Amino acid sequence: MKNSINLDIALTHIFTRKKQTFVAAMGVTIGVGIYLFMNSLDSGFSKFSTGEVFKNNAHIKIYKSDEISQPFSLPTDDTNTLRVIINPQITTLSKKIINPEALLATVKSQPYVTNAIAQVNFDAFYNRGKAQVKGAGNGVNMIEYAQMFNTNKYMVAGKTEALQGNLNGIIIGSGISEKLNLGLNDNITVTSSFGVVKVLKIVGIFSTGSSMNDNSKSYVNISTAQQFMKEGPSFVTTLFINVPDAENTEPYVEKLQQLTSYTVEGWKTSNADVVSSNKTRESMMGAISMAILIVAGFGIYNILSSTIMQKINDIAILKATGFRGGDVVKIFVTEAFLMGIIGTSLGLLMGAILISIMSKVYMGGPVGYFPIRHELHLFLRSGFLGMFITLCAGYFPARKAAKTDPVEIFRK
Amino acid sequence: MKSNNIVLKTEGLIKYFYEPVKFQALQSVAFEAYEGEFLTLVGKSGSGKSTLLYCLSTMDTAYEGDIFIKGEKVTGKKTDELAAIRNEHIGFVFQFHYLLPEFSCLKNVMVPARRLGKYSYGEIEERAYEKLKILGLQDQALKPASKLSGGQQQRVAIARALINDPAILMGDEPTGNLDSKNTAIVYDIFKEISHDFGQTIIAVTHDNDFAKASDRTIELADGKIINQNKKDFE
Repeated sequence: MKNSINLDIALTHIFTRKKQTFVAAMGVTIGVGIYLFMNSLDSGFSKFSTGEVFKNNAHIKIYKSDEISQPFSLPTDDTNTLRVIINPQITTLSKKIINPEALLATVKSQPYVTNAIAQVNFDAFYNRGKAQVKGAGNGVNMIEYAQMFNTNKYMVAGKTEALQGNLNGIIIGSGISEKLNLGLNDNITVTSSFGVVKVLKIVGIFSTGSSMNDNSKSYVNISTAQQFMKEGPSFVTTLFINVPDAENTEPYVEKLQQLTSYTVEGWKTSNADVVSSNKTRESMMGAISMAILIVAGFGIYNILSSTIMQKINDIAILKATGFRGGDVVKIFVTEAFLMGIIGTSLGLLMGAILISIMSKVYMGGPVGYFPIRHELHLFLRSGFLGMFITLCAGYFPARKAAKTDPVEIFRK
Repeated sequence: MKSNNIVLKTEGLIKYFYEPVKFQALQSVAFEAYEGEFLTLVGKSGSGKSTLLYCLSTMDTAYEGDIFIKGEKVTGKKTDELAAIRNEHIGFVFQFHYLLPEFSCLKNVMVPARRLGKYSYGEIEERAYEKLKILGLQDQALKPASKLSGGQQQRVAIARALINDPAILMGDEPTGNLDSKNTAIVYDIFKEISHDFGQTIIAVTHDNDFAKASDRTIELADGKIINQNKKDFE
């Protein structure tokens, strides 16, 4: 009963002042809608650019990092000792990971590793007659590799499976194919930096949309790559590892580092530029959309303040007839809440419509349609923030109303 | 129906105003109001009669001295407790009606009872209708409060003040805005409330005829009671 009279009064204020209610709710609608839309844009694009990274990067990679020569004696303060002056230099003789099978098996046996593969990288020159294209060859187990990097999605001719067990096969980027005017089942001459020359048959062509990849990359079997490097079957340069949570690789990197002395690196370290540009965009979008939402909060604050100014006599008589300060707060916070509910739900609807429209906008290039989706957690966050800001904006004028001294009003 | 049961009592009530300069508005005011008594407070402007009423109403708590309502000391209680006391035991009628303009008369009358929450919605509606009937407004019950004449609005305000059957009905110039015909109606209602229903009425008034008609008149001057005897006004 006690609450119903507060609600009754709040509803009456809301419905007898439809225009003001509508204006206040519209403010919240636009705030929440834009907030949701901008954050969805950002989230969609961040996911896209991270996805670009994972086209040819695993979540974590293990490789042998270059070693810098160290002085033989430790520096000392003792002036009597002989000082050795050295010129630090890279002393890496080989990029080889020793006993890669054992390491790969250990890595694969870790419960948090979803996928791990070995890779042999070498510098390659693709030749046809006098034409030559410089690039990078990757020796991989193609089936596992395709699984990890979704290569099948980018195949424009042939199949990744065709490489399996075919030591004379090669899958090349579409850029190489165009430049050398070579198609499926044509032969290509590949020369490595170690002087090994092989004639391989093109069993597949991929196009990722990134010219850097498409113009230089090719896939061969691991043993073919090892031959290109004049190395034996235990030669591996890199291990690629996938973990369940790509956004949070640091703890896994630490765990893996305990298993090996080779360098373990998360994708965020090797792609710091992508991570930082995502963060920059996120803060910019977040700041702008938050500002819009806060402005909507001021709209609610204004409208409620003016309602309270107009209803000061009502508040005085309510307090005189025994309404507590808390009741008055409840009445006006309820009004803010109702405006917030209307505004926020319309805002979420508006955001959803904007996202739907945006997802049909063709951006061209490798992006295709704008990478934006309806993400539940963003809807929840926008809804929560919309309501939170509305309630805050309602609470302050309501508290002021609750402090009204009825005697002051009646004695005027 | 006037009896010797004390409903409201003050002891050494002192009140200062600090704005614009320190000024003593009430000087040790002490009096008693009885059950079923129709009491009026009179005095010139600035005599402190309204100030006294607002101290009695429990809305103004910045005073020295003690106030007892139905034997219970209200001085020093928390604002929420005072709100509950006002809700249950005190009804208010002001010079202006202070009705909620968007609500119908009936709903306006129901407001304090719904705050009290003692009865169900249906019962409150019935009681509110009864009160409006006593005040001759049963036909206006469903009209918005803002559509009524001034006299009718004041009667709705009285019905609202009576809805919780308060022990005391306080009025600040309750007839100040009314013509003589409506003043007479309000006077009759007050008489009936106090004499037939045993509720105490304490009203501030400028209207000497109104004061004369009451059971007892307390006259204030410069914050002091200078006369409690009705006969002096006759």
